[in-house]
Amino acid sequence: MNFLAVIGRITFGFLQAAGRLGIFAATTISHMVTPPFYFRSLIQQMMTIGYYSLPVVGLTALFTGAALALNIYEGGSRFNAESALPTIVVIGIVRELGPVLCGLIVAGRVSASMAAEIGTMRVTEQIDAMSTLSTDPFKYLIAPRVVATTLMMPFMLVIVADIIGVMGGFLIATGKLGFNAGNYMDLTMDFLEIKDIYASLTKAAVFGFFISLMGCYHGYYSRGGAQGVGIATTNAVVSACMLILLSNYIVTEIFFAT
Amino acid sequence: MIDTPKIRLKGLHKQFGPKLVLDSIDLDIMPGESMVIIGGSGSGKSVTLKCILGLLHPESGSIKVDGEETIGMRQNDRKRIQEKFGMLFQGAALFDSLPVWENVTFGLLASGKTRRRDAKDIAIENLRSVGLSPDVALLSPSELSGGMQKRVGLARAIASKPEILFFDEPTTGLDPIMADVINELITERVKEMGATALTITHDMSSVRKIADKVAMIYKGNIIWSGPRNDIDNSDNAYVEQFIHGRAEGPIQMEVLKT
Repeated sequence: MNFLAVIGRITFGFLQAAGRLGIFAATTISHMVTPPFYFRSLIQQMMTIGYYSLPVVGLTALFTGAALALNIYEGGSRFNAESALPTIVVIGIVRELGPVLCGLIVAGRVSASMAAEIGTMRVTEQIDAMSTLSTDPFKYLIAPRVVATTLMMPFMLVIVADIIGVMGGFLIATGKLGFNAGNYMDLTMDFLEIKDIYASLTKAAVFGFFISLMGCYHGYYSRGGAQGVGIATTNAVVSACMLILLSNYIVTEIFFAT
Repeated sequence: MIDTPKIRLKGLHKQFGPKLVLDSIDLDIMPGESMVIIGGSGSGKSVTLKCILGLLHPESGSIKVDGEETIGMRQNDRKRIQEKFGMLFQGAALFDSLPVWENVTFGLLASGKTRRRDAKDIAIENLRSVGLSPDVALLSPSELSGGMQKRVGLARAIASKPEILFFDEPTTGLDPIMADVINELITERVKEMGATALTITHDMSSVRKIADKVAMIYKGNIIWSGPRNDIDNSDNAYVEQFIHGRAEGPIQMEVLKT
């Protein structure tokens, strides 16, 4: 086999996929900002994505905050820095763990379900049927999902994850590690900057956009029946998680690189 | 005075990669006419239909609707043309997430032509016209039998009173009695609406019931067309073989023999 031909084929395939994704994203954004808007569908998606993800996001944040507090206390005690626990918990949760863990959980839950739903609609000709009924699938199916996820991630899920995550650390610190509740809260509030909150919400919005974009993109281009839908679902989750971790670094660099 | 064809296909050419599907399709469908395209599996029937509907884009050729070229049309003009169309899909392609009444009035609701509070009555009226009782309106598509799904699909196709109706294998997967019921309904509704109809099928009983004119497609070309009554005396070996369902003849199926 010609080695150069293989490299060429892989490069060509990658560029083709990147171009198709770029066009898909641009089309989605243009449909997000131009009428008609399907508010009914948007509210339904906001409920499904935001409200119904709250329990799993809340539990994840609670246990992560608690475990983080234990780890920092034990690690900090090696050089007499236990008192830094509230500061590290709040910065760790708000800047990093809240948005990233929430993003990964929502990617697993929402991106997979979007890819499966839209993929099934594709292979059963429901998307074609929508087009013949003078309804643009980008407007009716994709734009409401992307808008809903991009709004719900920062303004519901990550805010809740940040608060519950900090609360998890607080409960362990005051209940088990002997911290004074008043002092703990004072230290938390003193060291939390507005910039940390902006970074957290920016990350959440970016993650939300990528989660829904990947779910919709892989579902929309799925083919080949049940197996195709299965592949689309897996690809949606994997690519959403990769984009979350990549964009997490980029947003952190933008906000905090000195 | 010669009428402008409702649909005119000229030199329609479509291929998927190296696979040629439509070579050069020429076909005129006159206003109020019921045209049925017959042909074996993989002969290009569905691709022809999807090209007319704008779901696939041909490489070359011309598709005119009411004398207006639709290939390369701007999106707004395409939407105006699309509003003339109603389509019954092979598997009905009903939207799983919506109840039957919303499926039937989907096009009307999405285009804003009907208010939500009026939509249920309109749906019930359309369901009655295809022989379904009003209580079906509240069911989910998954609760319906195959025949009922086809009838709901037909109700959805005619709900916006389109000028042109397309039927993709309307009787596939149905028992002979239900198939005849669907054929009867199609004939009645098309006549009542004065619509132009284009059906693709390989079911000869559908052809004899629905068609005013018949065209046979083979290897991406129309090899015969004429009035329904002439099909038994076509003097065309391909048509003869197809309508009598013989394995021997000029049409060779790609079957590996051990």
